Amino acid sequence: MDMWTAVITISLIALLAGIALSYASRSLTSDSNKLVEQVNELLPQTQCAQCGYPGCRPYAAAIVESDVAINLCPPGGDNTVQRIASLLGKDTLPLAEQPRPGRIVAVVDEALCIGCTHCRSACPVDAIIGAQQLMHTIIETECTGCELCVAPCPVDCISMRSLS
Amino acid sequence: MSAPTYDLGKLHGGLRLQAHKQMSTAEPIRQVPVPEQLILPLAQHAGDPAQPVVRIGEHVLKGQLIAECEGSLCAPVHASSSGTIVAIEPWPVSTRHGDSAPCIVINCDGKDTAIGADENCAAYDNLVPEDLLGNILLGGIAGLGGAVFPTAQKLMQATTCDIEYLILNGVECEPYISCDDALMREYGREVIGGAQILMHALHVGVCYIAVESDKPVAIQHLGEVLAEIDDERIAIKMVPTIYPSGGEDQLVQLVTNREVPSGGLPSDVGCLVQNVGTAAAIYNWIIKHQPLISRVTTITGDGVATPMNVEARLGTTVGDIVRFAGGYTENAEQLIIGGPMTGKSVTSDRVPLVKGTNCILVLSQTPSVRPEMPCIRCGDCAAVCPVQLLPQQLFWNTCANDEKKMRSYGLIDCIECGCCDLVCPSHIPLTASFRTAKARIREQADEKARAERARHRFEARNDRLERDQQLREEELARQKETARQAAPDAIAEILKRKQDAADED
Amino acid sequence: MEFVRREAPYLAPKADVASMMLQVLVALIPAALAHVWYFGPGFLLNLIIASIFCVGSEALMMRMRGRDPSIALADYSALVTAALLAFALPSLTPWWITATGALFAVIVAKHLYGGIGFNIFNPAMAGYVVILVAFPMEMNLWVAPRMGDIDYVNLTVLQTVVYTLSGTLPDALGFDAISRATPLDAMQSGLRTMRTYAEIRTNPMMGDFGGRGWEWIGNFFAIGGTWLLVKKIIRWQIPAGVLAGLLVPAGLMFIFDASTNASPGFHLFSGATILCAFFIATDPVSAATSPKGRFVYGVGIGFLIYAIRKWGSFADGVAFAVLLMNMATPAIDYITRPPIVGHKRGGRD
Repeated sequence: MDMWTAVITISLIALLAGIALSYASRSLTSDSNKLVEQVNELLPQTQCAQCGYPGCRPYAAAIVESDVAINLCPPGGDNTVQRIASLLGKDTLPLAEQPRPGRIVAVVDEALCIGCTHCRSACPVDAIIGAQQLMHTIIETECTGCELCVAPCPVDCISMRSLS
Repeated sequence: MSAPTYDLGKLHGGLRLQAHKQMSTAEPIRQVPVPEQLILPLAQHAGDPAQPVVRIGEHVLKGQLIAECEGSLCAPVHASSSGTIVAIEPWPVSTRHGDSAPCIVINCDGKDTAIGADENCAAYDNLVPEDLLGNILLGGIAGLGGAVFPTAQKLMQATTCDIEYLILNGVECEPYISCDDALMREYGREVIGGAQILMHALHVGVCYIAVESDKPVAIQHLGEVLAEIDDERIAIKMVPTIYPSGGEDQLVQLVTNREVPSGGLPSDVGCLVQNVGTAAAIYNWIIKHQPLISRVTTITGDGVATPMNVEARLGTTVGDIVRFAGGYTENAEQLIIGGPMTGKSVTSDRVPLVKGTNCILVLSQTPSVRPEMPCIRCGDCAAVCPVQLLPQQLFWNTCANDEKKMRSYGLIDCIECGCCDLVCPSHIPLTASFRTAKARIREQADEKARAERARHRFEARNDRLERDQQLREEELARQKETARQAAPDAIAEILKRKQDAADED
Repeated sequence: MEFVRREAPYLAPKADVASMMLQVLVALIPAALAHVWYFGPGFLLNLIIASIFCVGSEALMMRMRGRDPSIALADYSALVTAALLAFALPSLTPWWITATGALFAVIVAKHLYGGIGFNIFNPAMAGYVVILVAFPMEMNLWVAPRMGDIDYVNLTVLQTVVYTLSGTLPDALGFDAISRATPLDAMQSGLRTMRTYAEIRTNPMMGDFGGRGWEWIGNFFAIGGTWLLVKKIIRWQIPAGVLAGLLVPAGLMFIFDASTNASPGFHLFSGATILCAFFIATDPVSAATSPKGRFVYGVGIGFLIYAIRKWGSFADGVAFAVLLMNMATPAIDYITRPPIVGHKRGGRD
């Protein structure tokens, strides 16, 4: 009889605890939007799409809402993976793809540029100035090294240069 | 008010180090003759490098401006002797440990002709403080205690605060260095004159000349000068001989018992600190019209035959000064510009003497590099830290690269004095790791700022594209609307044309 | 002339872990000699066996971790662990018990946590607690001090060696014949069976303050400890804290009722009090680091020692007290951080 008392008591405690926990997990979830914003702040904002998403905010949204892997951002480096992991309470993972060390920026070879503005439209942070039929140039301080301008150039005049 | 006083604030920690100063103070300051070639770096001060205003081949006179200020934090450079500009090129400099930086090279003509003082400089106490500060800027004066912060800008910042105390830093707490001691012994008049000019420029009523208690000759000489000029506002304060009581924030705490807020300046607590050498340089410029073209420096260490204090022209190479001091001893191994605790080790003695070179230290024995052991948490480092940090915790967090914890434990407040290194039984290079960590944090902060900017630009671009898209859609809708309104007539016309065509068949 | 580039500062540190540890060992020598004088050669045997196993397992673990053993052995910390363990053991201890304690101390409590500097728990105390709980009978085989007037048969050196190596006592003597209660043991059981303090003190094993023999060893520990304080190998906060934390409650309770409580003097000179205050609790790695924190840590240990002696089932609670406070060290460190100069007073932003 004593054994049954013990079993029933423990089971009741477990049941109550379970109910309390599931209620808490539902009513105390963090606001999803705020979380996306927080994850976005941790990303390096290169907007390079190397993670497979068209920008840093879509990747942040995917991490929070669709539980996508957090190690897909090479420019962010291991630091970013760790920070996102500690923010969301997930496990850290090694980077899926290693980033290049040091800061790289794009450079227009002015001898070859034909002023077609394709690269200008491609730049996600508007770091290329130029107009139709006029010389284009890249604002070095604003270039994030995302390399999205390299492919659209029809005369292949854009190259990436290391700053260090 | 001129008797030395003892009432002081308290400094936490610090070390009593073996001074090694007597070896260089036995003789008075010797004058190093003008060398054959002078190398003047464009960046002898903290901030933006100066820009040359002379050309190669031009002949310049002693005291002539050869590089002017560019940017908000800068000090001009003057020719230290007369001669011809032969090059403006990279040359090893001590601020970069022997790596190269742009320098103006002058071949001296040996005549040492000075440029004439063409303006009739008004006596300074007739000048308005703003003009006085503008004058000081032109003299190329920067902090000669080692930090080489452009003095005019420092004073201009101080004018925005209410300064109660001017403190002249004659403490010189680091071992081996004795140039300020020698300066105070022989140029006391210039030092006190400089203090008076500063007090006028900043409307300060009280000046303390802080001197370490192990400099009795300097204290006596300064006392004599003070008695002569009889300025009640100036007094000498003796501070205990503890390293690093000569650090700016530490000195403010000792002399006035006020703590400089973290990330702030002494002017935030009503104090301004200037090295005694800087004060003398100000006096020489304002009163004697001599811009900063030479300085007193200590050449010492057991790697030098005759340690001494010398006055040499800026631009003289360290090698020249060592040869003047008798040359190297046979086991000279380490060349350090500055003191043994905070100095910069340089790879070549071709580096020139610059405004911040307070000591040339040649040591015969590199400290034996014993293997670094893990931290045993003995806490000795915390006991000696003048800023009351926990170097041990900072070290753990530096190894873990935990930026938040590093900031929380006050890494930014570390003055890199090196006290913790000297007491660590595990021989951990604490100061070097903090220096690296600080650089990393700065880099990360820069990266974060860049990422912020990129994010704004990205969002702005998206907004722009959206706006453009919206405008296009509105335009399209408008066109459709006009077309639709004109549509019934157009359709009727088409039908009529078809009808006509069908009719004709 | 060209020179080599190094990082500031350019002066060599004078302090050294190896010399610190050596000085601790030297400070223990007077007490070691007194121990042998009063309780026979068993202590030396224990010391030798503990040293062999501590040093050996340290070398083994360094090898297994892929590092050069001489780095760890050069700092003499394994020898200090062995010495403290030997002081904690009864002088008659079979070798396998000493070995188990030493192995656990160095392998588990030290190297499995990361080696010197990374261990949370005091290795010697961790090793001692393991064997105390695993071999309760042998660990309570305490001998009486070699004073002419105590009715006791002292084992010869040969008999001691035989026992240490094989665990067999000489034929004529049984376990109960050899072992005597320690003064603390006698005090604790006496007080709990309602005898008064004064009555218990009449036992011939009791000396002027603590137990006979033990109080002299305590004196020598104090001499050694004071020498360490003068040489600044240890700082005053921990010994002061331990002694205060133990003696203040003891004193208060003694004032309250002198017949059912042991005097503070008794507590001070019995058991491992002074050894703990100057040598065990001051192990830098497992103790708190800030000056205030050290004092709090010491007081905590002292109080726990008193609590275990008064209300616990063990006669001497030093080992458990130290281990419990080791657990609290990170919290103590966090709470007692000194205010950084230039931050708001107490602001640990």
